[in-house]
Amino acid sequence: MSNLSVLIEAPILLVQLVVSGILVGAIFALVAYGMALVWGVMNIINIAQGEFVMLGGYVVFYLAGAGVPPLLGIPIAAATMFALSFALYRAVIHRIVGRDMFVSILATFGISILLQQLANQLFSADIRTLSSGLPSLSFDNGMISIAGVKVVGFVAALVVGAALFLFLRHTRIGRAIRATAQNARAARVLGIDTDRVYATTFALNGAICGAAGGLVAMTWFVQPYLGLTYTLRSFMIVVAAGLGNLPGVIVAGSALGVLEEAAGFVLGAEYQTAFIFLLLIVLLVGRNLLLWRQRKYLR
Amino acid sequence: MHSKRNLLKAALAAALLGVAMPGTAATDDTITLGAAVSLTGKYSTNGKNTKDGYDLAAKVINDKGGVKIGGKAYKLKIVYYDDESTSARGAQLVERLIAQDHVDFVLGPYSSALTKSIAPVTEKYKMPMVEGNGADRDLFKQGYKYLFAVLNTSDYYLREAVNILAEQAKAAGRDPKSIKIAIAIENDNFSQDVRDGIVEDAKKYGMQIVIDDKLPADLNDMTATLTKVKALKPDALMISGHEKGAVLGIRQVAEQKVYVPMLALTHCDSAQITEKFGKESDYAFCGSQWDVSMTYKDHWFGDSKNYADMFKKAYNYDPPYQAAESTASVEVFADAIGRAGSVDKDKVRDALAKTDLMTFYGPVKFDASGKNIAKSMVMYQVQHEKYVVVAPSKWAEGKPIYPAPTWDKREADSKVSRK
Amino acid sequence: MKRRSDIALLAGIGVLGVVAPWIAPTIVTQLAFLWLMILFAVTWDVNGGQMGYNSFGNVFFFGIGVYVCALIQRNAGLPYYPALFIGTALGGLGGLVAALALGPAILGIRGHYFAIATLGLSIVAADVASAWEYIGAASGLTLPQFPGAIGDRNRFFYYLLFALAAITFLAARALYRTRLGLAMNAIRDNEDKAEAMGVHTTRTKVFAWCVSAFFLGAAGGPVGNLVGFIDPRDLAFAGATFGVWMVLMAVLGGKGTLWGPVIGATIFHVTQELFWTYLLGWQRVAMGLLIVVIVVFFPTGVVGWLSRLRHPRKRLQSTTIAESAP
Repeated sequence: MSNLSVLIEAPILLVQLVVSGILVGAIFALVAYGMALVWGVMNIINIAQGEFVMLGGYVVFYLAGAGVPPLLGIPIAAATMFALSFALYRAVIHRIVGRDMFVSILATFGISILLQQLANQLFSADIRTLSSGLPSLSFDNGMISIAGVKVVGFVAALVVGAALFLFLRHTRIGRAIRATAQNARAARVLGIDTDRVYATTFALNGAICGAAGGLVAMTWFVQPYLGLTYTLRSFMIVVAAGLGNLPGVIVAGSALGVLEEAAGFVLGAEYQTAFIFLLLIVLLVGRNLLLWRQRKYLR
Repeated sequence: MHSKRNLLKAALAAALLGVAMPGTAATDDTITLGAAVSLTGKYSTNGKNTKDGYDLAAKVINDKGGVKIGGKAYKLKIVYYDDESTSARGAQLVERLIAQDHVDFVLGPYSSALTKSIAPVTEKYKMPMVEGNGADRDLFKQGYKYLFAVLNTSDYYLREAVNILAEQAKAAGRDPKSIKIAIAIENDNFSQDVRDGIVEDAKKYGMQIVIDDKLPADLNDMTATLTKVKALKPDALMISGHEKGAVLGIRQVAEQKVYVPMLALTHCDSAQITEKFGKESDYAFCGSQWDVSMTYKDHWFGDSKNYADMFKKAYNYDPPYQAAESTASVEVFADAIGRAGSVDKDKVRDALAKTDLMTFYGPVKFDASGKNIAKSMVMYQVQHEKYVVVAPSKWAEGKPIYPAPTWDKREADSKVSRK
Repeated sequence: MKRRSDIALLAGIGVLGVVAPWIAPTIVTQLAFLWLMILFAVTWDVNGGQMGYNSFGNVFFFGIGVYVCALIQRNAGLPYYPALFIGTALGGLGGLVAALALGPAILGIRGHYFAIATLGLSIVAADVASAWEYIGAASGLTLPQFPGAIGDRNRFFYYLLFALAAITFLAARALYRTRLGLAMNAIRDNEDKAEAMGVHTTRTKVFAWCVSAFFLGAAGGPVGNLVGFIDPRDLAFAGATFGVWMVLMAVLGGKGTLWGPVIGATIFHVTQELFWTYLLGWQRVAMGLLIVVIVVFFPTGVVGWLSRLRHPRKRLQSTTIAESAP
């Protein structure tokens, strides 16, 4: 393939692809943290995850329009989405916790459509974008360039990952969350208000998504229909990392990012998405084979 | 008992379906036009542009006396459905407009894909349709007799960019065969046609296409393609991906300091690249069906500038070409109905075929397949954050700046200008 | 007793289906789509509600059918009707072969992973179809014109889809009364126990998927021709619309029941049409709200809800244990 030969001739391009992949993957990893949290603790696969990201992006966009510097808008977006997710939990989500996971998939799917279309009606489908005001870093005479905001995204993913890890391990609420994830009934018996735990977890997810949304708006753009991409990729990352493996999320995210860039370069970008989904299917089949072996022993 | 309930439910459902379909009878002094436009879904921005274009046309034409048939003045009325940017939906809705709502004529939807799915329906019902937003060449190869398009086919969007490349090469003493072009398109109907136009004209000059990328539908990041561009150093990068393509193109090319002597895009104005990116959008070439600086005139809207003012006053944003061509479609109908002297579909169809009309959007004259052969595509370049028409030469306001200055020079220039 | 009332109902609907185009000639296309929706919901429920494998990618087989039929019509050089019928049959076959080939691997995946894997399947298919030049890539395929007046055309496809939906429903109905149907339910209720009891789970699962795939594939050709233009993402592999609606309609009506999907499809389709007409621009918002309300408050669907009204003391133990045909 001619694309492959280009890569071989100029290995420096491989570096650009890898760097780009890691940075892009980090933003998806950020969203995946939230997805893993909600899935692990509440046993809900949140199909509306991408829509939370999208809304966070709009918050930052409109704040910027009102004069708030975009980078400052990120924590505000996180706070806004925290509140919104909390409200959503109280309104709808608390009714589907503990039910069949299929129910949660459908319900959150309905929410995702609702939010997406509401956004379309309220904000219009125009592509909105923001400048972070950060410079691009350039190396090797321009052969490698990194957008400053992507570095911020990567750092954010690391920071949030670490913060979550410490939070879950060393704070009371964090431990309550972990206890509830392990065994909700036992946690309740021990006096933990699991409803509050769930609300906090869901709201936390919202906050993470909100922050990610702000980064997305500055790195690329925001429009009402960008949600599905983030939902699917964050799901893939969680599956690849393995549920419960938070540090693995950023690794999986970056790995996925690199694979996607490489596949896009070599196979042609139109096969990029198909490639990683195929990968996902292969992963699932492979994972299943391992489980099947386990199941055999149980007979 | 349970089964009776089911039967009742089924009957109720059937009845509801019947009720849900309103039929409208055309009133005595109104001509009703029907349109399925994309009010939700991926085309909703341009769908709104289209609707606004149609609405403004109807309003202004009605204000200026409507459409005269046999001495009597008729008002235009437009009925809309939302096709949700989905082809299957569009076809269904147009059928409803024709068969249930009994509209007199049909206006086109937004996008080639939707127009392609609707055209068989209007053709089958022998219903004249004038459209301004479906530019795919395939539409005009099917032998449709009731389809009329005011716009140029989509393959023409960036052909002029290729021509400019050839001209500039010759002026610089370079063999056009040495020119390398990189293409990146969103994987959809319209962009594929744009690409085909580029490739055809490039072949004419013997130019090489060094990159021919299709970007994924959830197009978010062009880094892979731009990395290739950095490696292969083409003379031009041409991107077609609706507004997303324009936004991403400008942003990421600037961010990654990708240098190409020519960056050519589509949908620049509807993506509002000058507002969004300011200096970074400089030197970009944009293919467009229409520009506000065109001095075509008609008696409803005056010239393009006047049209743009009226539009902005009514809808609070500058009209992109999608709106202009939608307005023109209604004008074409008004003209044809007037000449036919009736709302009989076949008479109007024949009148449409004989159209020879000047509108603010451009001259309109249809060939046998229904496409407009009188108008030409416009190419402008962003110079100092303003759109300057550089082609066709008859209407050009300025000369193209090619090659674009390098990023270092641009930074140096901007530092100088700040002092 | 149950069987007799069933047949009366079937006959009633059959008659209604046959005369509908003459009673309501202006909405024939919408009615044709109603039969398609019923087919979608029933085929989904065969492996979803009845067998516990909730697929979000069944539209994959539908899309295969759409393209196979279109290619036959384009390339085989046959006159319209033979090409259409052969295309429809081969479309069904294509779906079946795909299910046969992919089934063993994909159906080995359990639970929600299966759901996402099938979703991935439909996305991959949409992307590949959009990039494959031979089938038109993103520009899609235009189908040959129907030889006949437009009124005839709509009625023709109406009857074709009505027939397909009827056959699909009757096949499902027959299937549920066999041992195979019981085996499917057993897999849903506890797959490992079923396997331990001697049910050939892999064979059963693949068989059920093949049944769905066949009918979905067969429906592809007629729908493609009814619409006239195939868009790879919007029509053939329309995961975000058809793919998800399949699931919703079955759940709405009551998954795991015989009539549930039919009722669900009818209500869904009618509601959609009403929303479209009266809530211009907001119809999708309303749809999203409706989905949330249904899933949260009526997880057993209309059939389950009605059943609970009839037997207020009968508590449903879980949403996965469904009721048999009314």
